[in-house]
Amino acid sequence: MRRYSILALARNALGYHEGWERAWRAPEPKPEYDAIIVGGGGHGLATAYYLAKEHGITNVAVLEKGWLGGGNTGRNTTIVRSNYLWDESAALYEHSLKIWEGLSQELNYNVMFSQRGVMNLAHNLHDLRELKRRAHANRLNGIDCDFLSREQVGEYCPLINLSPDIRHPVLGATLQRRGGVARHDAVAWGFARAADARGVDIIQNCEVTGILREGGRVTGVETSRGTIRAKKIGLVTAGHSSVLAGMAGIRLPVESHPLQALVSEPVKPILDTVVMSNTVHAYVSQSDKGEMVIGAGIDPYVSYSQRGGFNVVQDTLHAIVEMFPMFSRLRMLRQWGGIVDTCPDASPILSKTPIEGLYINCGWGTGGFKATPGSGHVFAHTIARDEPHPLNAPFSLERFTTGRLVDEHGAAAVAH
Amino acid sequence: MSQSHRLPAGGRIDRSRSLSFTFDGTRYSGHPGDTLASALIANGVHLVGRSFKYHRPRGILTAGSEEPNALIQLGLGNRTEPNIRATQIELYDGLTAASQNRFPSLEFDLGAVNDTLSPLIPAGFYYKTFMWPQRGWMTYERAIRRMAGLGRAPDGPDPDRYEYRHAHCDVLVAGGGAAGLAAALAAGRAGARVIIADEQAEMGGWLLSEGDTEISAKPAVDWVEKAVTELAGMENVTLLRRTTAFGYYDHNWLGLAERVTDHLGPYAADHLPRQRLWQVRAKQVVLATGAIERPLVFGQNDRPGIMLAASLRSYISRYGARPGKALVVFTNNDSGYRTALAAHHAGIGVAAIIDSRAEASGPLPQSARAAGLRIYEGHAIIATTGRLRVDSVRLGRLAASGDRIEGAGFGIPCDLVAMSGGWNPNVSLFSQSRGKLDFRAEDGVFVPGQSFQPLRSAGACNGVLSTADCLAEGFAAGAEAAREAGFANRKPAALKVTEPDCPAAAPFWLAPPEKPLARAKCFVDFQNDVTAADLKLAVREGFQSVEHVKRYTTTGMGTDQGRTSNVNALAIVSATLGMEMPAVGTTTFRPPYTPTSFGAIAGRNIGALFDPVRRTPIHEWHAAHGAKFENVGQWVRAWYYPKPGEDMHAAVNREVKAARTGVGILDASTLGKIMVKGPDAAEFLNRVYTNSWLKLGIGKARYGLMLGEDGMVRDDGVTVRLGEDRFLMSTTTGNAATVMTSLEDYLQTEWPELKVYLTSVTEQYATITINGPKSRELLAALTDDIDTGNEAFPHMSLREGTVAGVPARVIRISFTGELSFEINVRASQGKAVWEALIEAGAPFDITPYGTEAMHVLRAEKGFIIVGQETDGSMTPDDLGMGWAVSKVKPDFVGKRSLTRSDTVREGRKQLVGLLTEDPKEVLEEGAHVVQVALQQPPMAMLGHVTSSYYSPNLERSIALAVLKGGRALIGKTLSVPMPDKVIKVTVTEPVFFDPKGERANG
Repeated sequence: MRRYSILALARNALGYHEGWERAWRAPEPKPEYDAIIVGGGGHGLATAYYLAKEHGITNVAVLEKGWLGGGNTGRNTTIVRSNYLWDESAALYEHSLKIWEGLSQELNYNVMFSQRGVMNLAHNLHDLRELKRRAHANRLNGIDCDFLSREQVGEYCPLINLSPDIRHPVLGATLQRRGGVARHDAVAWGFARAADARGVDIIQNCEVTGILREGGRVTGVETSRGTIRAKKIGLVTAGHSSVLAGMAGIRLPVESHPLQALVSEPVKPILDTVVMSNTVHAYVSQSDKGEMVIGAGIDPYVSYSQRGGFNVVQDTLHAIVEMFPMFSRLRMLRQWGGIVDTCPDASPILSKTPIEGLYINCGWGTGGFKATPGSGHVFAHTIARDEPHPLNAPFSLERFTTGRLVDEHGAAAVAH
Repeated sequence: MSQSHRLPAGGRIDRSRSLSFTFDGTRYSGHPGDTLASALIANGVHLVGRSFKYHRPRGILTAGSEEPNALIQLGLGNRTEPNIRATQIELYDGLTAASQNRFPSLEFDLGAVNDTLSPLIPAGFYYKTFMWPQRGWMTYERAIRRMAGLGRAPDGPDPDRYEYRHAHCDVLVAGGGAAGLAAALAAGRAGARVIIADEQAEMGGWLLSEGDTEISAKPAVDWVEKAVTELAGMENVTLLRRTTAFGYYDHNWLGLAERVTDHLGPYAADHLPRQRLWQVRAKQVVLATGAIERPLVFGQNDRPGIMLAASLRSYISRYGARPGKALVVFTNNDSGYRTALAAHHAGIGVAAIIDSRAEASGPLPQSARAAGLRIYEGHAIIATTGRLRVDSVRLGRLAASGDRIEGAGFGIPCDLVAMSGGWNPNVSLFSQSRGKLDFRAEDGVFVPGQSFQPLRSAGACNGVLSTADCLAEGFAAGAEAAREAGFANRKPAALKVTEPDCPAAAPFWLAPPEKPLARAKCFVDFQNDVTAADLKLAVREGFQSVEHVKRYTTTGMGTDQGRTSNVNALAIVSATLGMEMPAVGTTTFRPPYTPTSFGAIAGRNIGALFDPVRRTPIHEWHAAHGAKFENVGQWVRAWYYPKPGEDMHAAVNREVKAARTGVGILDASTLGKIMVKGPDAAEFLNRVYTNSWLKLGIGKARYGLMLGEDGMVRDDGVTVRLGEDRFLMSTTTGNAATVMTSLEDYLQTEWPELKVYLTSVTEQYATITINGPKSRELLAALTDDIDTGNEAFPHMSLREGTVAGVPARVIRISFTGELSFEINVRASQGKAVWEALIEAGAPFDITPYGTEAMHVLRAEKGFIIVGQETDGSMTPDDLGMGWAVSKVKPDFVGKRSLTRSDTVREGRKQLVGLLTEDPKEVLEEGAHVVQVALQQPPMAMLGHVTSSYYSPNLERSIALAVLKGGRALIGKTLSVPMPDKVIKVTVTEPVFFDPKGERANG
């Protein structure tokens, strides 16, 4: 892999940029690999990268039915934070956040991780109590989290409507200063390039249609490009996880829902942080390009369609205009949807399965983007060692049998 | 004020009136009927903006909503709007507009340094640099953000108002050009309810711009006028001008954005909303959204003065403007000649017509030849010059292969270039509807294929080119749509159309530039500054899916969604890959069709109407008596009632004490109330609550816990049996709707065999709790048909009778541990009964208390509040409420989960009490408890403080907490590490007051 840098840009400028090599190869699938990752989104590509880097398993294929990063990786609102309530979640997301902090350098690919702070607003006494609980827990877990009074919210983000007379006045907020946003596509591309450089085969337009098993263990997959064998298979297919697991006869406690998002037209910088509110249900940040990036709540029905109801967009903009009255004259440029895989406890599944050699990484619901590097890191460990990393041990499939749930409904940004 | 570039006559402008406007501080004039773009052109202004990345000077490319370049900051202050297309702004007197994305001025923009740096910053350059040092990105980002963005957001809250309209119709026609008007006429004449929407101020589409077209032997605009008059006269037809059908969603639901007063500026009547969002459910849809002319991709094709050929005709014919004096036309089809002829007839010098085709022999080229115009067949523009405006083009002879120039290039001076690369059917709405596109190779266009909703495309958006065909398709589509919607009709007679014949274009995707491609600036996406070289770079680097190309280069990601660039980009990518265009694919068109105001989408549901406010029937009394309120979900509840001079602490202490010594009165009307009726009602409750309900006597009350299927406590409340098959259930205030929904869910999907009917009656009753040792006397004073004696009316029972002269259900229950009665009356009588109680309670010094005192009172007793002591992870046993779970019932919701290994393990969190060392110290709710406080995190947490108050009855602070293995820790001393100190606490039983529970039974 030839390294990217300002010097490389200058050198290539002289050659009319005709000397750039492919960011990743487009190999034909081999008949057999040591490990196959199904799903070429951020989590799958990160898993492949860490399999190669941390565990020396380089004979790996990532199979993607469409184009890399075309699922939720390329459809989310790019928020990264680790201010989760429960110890188990906080540890996992903080692990990820720490990787984020050096990810551009690690991958030699600028993922534009912008630690501009993430603010969660409180609008009533119940919110205050919950946010304080979370803030104290974060503090004792060694995760940065400030509690801001209403006045401090105004100083930090003057755009927010702080009138005490509005329907749901702002009473305070938590602020995780190390949180922020990143360039979502770049995360997929950066991991793809770095994984490819370590020998991973990234195979696009290759849809898995069956999971081959013999005597309780996996032996490979059937794909639109033929049979590919492997003794270890990781399923990382987000909204389609139930479908893939179903091919192996596993029924997941996962529901797939549409989740919508939208952007405004770009404007000059006015919003320098990420603002989230559970109560009025709005979350927004401004992209580097200048667009307001706004997330909605999930559509209540289950669906595999990457589109949702306009009423959900309307509800979201009610909240946005209420919280930011000056945004009323901004205009919606694009809206879209993704399919999110939600678990009953709003926590992910990073787990071995009852089938030997088959591993699953799913259930991230509305908040998987922030976990991308950490998820890949511990999932690679799980696949390589055939046992969970201590950080993902609590997120096993067994928890739905034992009852040891990690109920993060309160901490999820999006009402489930 | 003179309009130097106005033609002496013609156009659909009202020359009798002048309108004054400013652009970048300079005053100009125009006429009614002008857009800002046409008025600027009529004043000789071509330079109107700077591009997004390179800050290159840009002019007006089009005459419609597809405009990528001429984005304007319109208006001032709180009313300013960024990124408005000059081609869509209707001129009004006093209009103020400014250019964007430039500093210090449009003519001299420091950002243009990016243009100089452009060799260094091709597509995706930012992924390859700005990575050193590690935290450096925050600094680079600040600078990049300032360079990016386009216009400015308004300065403050939007002063204007927006409205919703909901409508149903038989046929919705999107687009009011030839095909759309014909479709509306056909459907309207058949009697169907028709809505026809067009984004422009005038219906007619391109017919308004084609001076050489005749329908039924009269100018095309006469037919437009006749059609519009006929439609306006039909009661079943709604004509919506200035209305964009922006989104096509499932089940033929479309969103239309009507700009009601934008064109009036300050002259709009106050009663009108600024914009109106139409939410239309249509039985049938006719898409007549026209076509968009394709630019040609050649070297420096972006300079001001270079525009689309048909748009130039529009400025000449529709607006009577003369965009230049010396025109060069560059075309791959005959319609370029149509523009050259229109310009020639308008007195604009035509310096050259450059045709990429080896031979042009149609009627239009023949007319151009006859008019003496210079034609260069088999040539292409290879470069242009000019700093703030094009001043010459360089051209060369194309080799037969079309991908290189033979011989030397040469220059032609000009101040205007019109380009035509053919027409792209405008398939955005069709694509949004989930329709599949087919590729038509002969002219390289995507046309509507299979559709999945009841719709039909007609006219240019369907790939049809001539006006005659557009009209015919429109009439046919309108008639068919009406027929499908149930309205029989006859086939209308065809209209005779006279217009020049313009056959389909011969695809010509990239003119070989004079400079190396990487330096030639052959723009594909004008707004985002994406060049042909950028696209090839993306492909070279492996970004070969069309979505990857788009995301890596940002082509098509601008505010125009690539209306003028997508197909050109796709063609260049396909050619680079050596693949057919349809094999590479198209990107998804996403709603909205054109940017739509947040305000219009939000409508009136902001401010006071953002979320309904629920007030109890007694609310006014609370407000009149100085209550402070808190929001609980949608409800507004009395929080405490400070007397003059009292702070919250003093008021709450007084209220709490009164409720234990005399009588307190609480408005509990917000508690959820569900009437459960039917022969299986008891069985139903038996399944949804953890305890047993089959044998509850009529007139008896029982407390119940509701669990989720995971065994965790979800809600609680007291339910009374009103009759054999009738129960009144109460839920927590915040969960009422959730509980109702989930109970309905069980009834409808899990236990359809149960005959049970649920009715929410929360708002039908007012609930007043009187509480304290004197409450019985008070009740007795106001009722003469309820025996209030301790034996006659025992704890946990119900009596129906009259209180204060009105029918009431009185339940003897207690959430405070005191003797307490809950009086339920009709909502309309709530306030009167409350006032009667206050009056009758005067001798007992009756004290109204709010939610805060209620919380203290219940915490003194260790009673939980769902959502405070619980968080979805607490079982009944964790809360010390195992007594409420039946051991004998065969099943209830959550039962199975209560025996799971994690639910029965040691060390689960359990509800306990906490007492601080310092009795005055009140713990912070949400604080965490540790075994031993360390100097530094991380620290292993045992659990957290769920409730914490000062208890005036105990004269010290009290707290409830859930701690791991909590009950085993009773008596131990633990620590609560706060940011500034560590607080020592002793673990206790969670009941602080009257542990034996004698007072409620007294």
